[in-house]
Amino acid sequence: MTLTETTYWIVGASFLLYILIAIRSRAGTTQEFYVAGKGIHPVANGMATAADWMSAASFISMAGLIGLSYNGYGGSVFLMGWTGGYVILAMLIAPYLRKYGKFTVPEFIGDRYYSDTARVVAVICLIICSVTYVIGQMKGIGVAFSRFLETDYETGLFSGMVIVFFYAVLGGMKGITYTQIAQFCVLIFAYTVPAIFISLQLTGQPIPQLGLGSTLADGSYLLEKLDRTLLDLGFQEYTTSVRGSTLNMAAFTASLMIGTAGLPHVIIRFFTVPTVRAARTSAGWALVFIAILYTTAPAVAAMARLNIIQTLEPQPGQHLAIEERPTWFKNWEQTGLLGIEDKNADGRIQYSADPEQNELVTLDNDILVLANPEIANLPNWVIALVAAGGLAAAL
Amino acid sequence: MEQPDTSAVREIYWRENRRWMLILGVIWFTVSLGCGVLWVEPLNQIQIGGFKLGFWFAQQGAIYTFIVLIFVYAGVMARLEKRLGLEETEV
Repeated sequence: MTLTETTYWIVGASFLLYILIAIRSRAGTTQEFYVAGKGIHPVANGMATAADWMSAASFISMAGLIGLSYNGYGGSVFLMGWTGGYVILAMLIAPYLRKYGKFTVPEFIGDRYYSDTARVVAVICLIICSVTYVIGQMKGIGVAFSRFLETDYETGLFSGMVIVFFYAVLGGMKGITYTQIAQFCVLIFAYTVPAIFISLQLTGQPIPQLGLGSTLADGSYLLEKLDRTLLDLGFQEYTTSVRGSTLNMAAFTASLMIGTAGLPHVIIRFFTVPTVRAARTSAGWALVFIAILYTTAPAVAAMARLNIIQTLEPQPGQHLAIEERPTWFKNWEQTGLLGIEDKNADGRIQYSADPEQNELVTLDNDILVLANPEIANLPNWVIALVAAGGLAAAL
Repeated sequence: MEQPDTSAVREIYWRENRRWMLILGVIWFTVSLGCGVLWVEPLNQIQIGGFKLGFWFAQQGAIYTFIVLIFVYAGVMARLEKRLGLEETEV
């Protein structure tokens, strides 16, 4: 079976699973549809919250942001910002909103300060937060669908939007906890399986979180090797390259934390468990499930970066010939998210930090996770699984 | 059930609640913005396995600590509500 066929089969099977679950859980009355959530176990609710929370941006984009454009340490702002914001939400906001009996922050602010003006200001803030969030999701949807359908990015984006729209509106499935749980399982399986494979390949350590701090086959530490290799290519060190300045890093992290704390679709999840006490425990479980992906992401980022460099330059000075470039390379060129330009006309690809010499002219952050298993030469079913995970996250 | 000392109970509840929020908030700040950003350079001098410590906090340690914080808060509040008889009944 070819890769394309395998991908269609696995993606098709995962979609079928969500639809079946959705149909089965819709068996009850309309009223049950809305309040059924109240009887959900905290662990199950935590899993559903995690799926709701980790959408396309976390699954598809984050590791690429960390590994490529933020060059390692600089990308920590996303890891700490998004999970740190979740802590504020779970400790300081959601339990109190629930106690107060309001579903959203603007409602609470309007009532608490007896002011419609305050309420409008809160709504505007919320819209800005949510639109920013949706832009990220849409980019992820475009990338996932353009690769899946083997089209250019724009076509992928529009077909993806249509599918997501029908999925969310017609089925009303997004609200169903058990579909979310199924999506979480597909998503986390798809994220961790390739990471485990790659960690084993590079370091012999099956747990990617530990693999990141382990040694490679040549006896040097993975992170040290990456630091050195990047310095040789003219980049900054992976483990210390700050984004902007320390002040910028702190402000960036803090703003991501605060923005995250207000996301309405996560707050609503605290209303689907029986008591406030259960809501607090459920928040902890949600973070456990989120952390599985968030602590794997930095390992994926570093390992994929190293793999890309070693594909392009297996030995120092020995660059990959354009004609010999692997299939994944050509697949991604189709989407327009990866591009080469033979500037010095030697028929080989030189990757460098210097824009004058760099011949890997386009390397979109968002392809890192999806291309990762192909870069590491993993079997077809793993590549297909990642595609299914990317689509699960996008829904 | 009528409780004569409701306001006193509430005051204890809020005082304890605020105290724990402060303690956990300080830890929250220390591991993320502290160890992960502000003091990352000195911490990077310490190497554990293949990790520089500051880098580890920024990409791994802070997240593990966050999980512990939420569970500690949930546990503390549950115990407090039980002690003060403020437990919610399931609806």
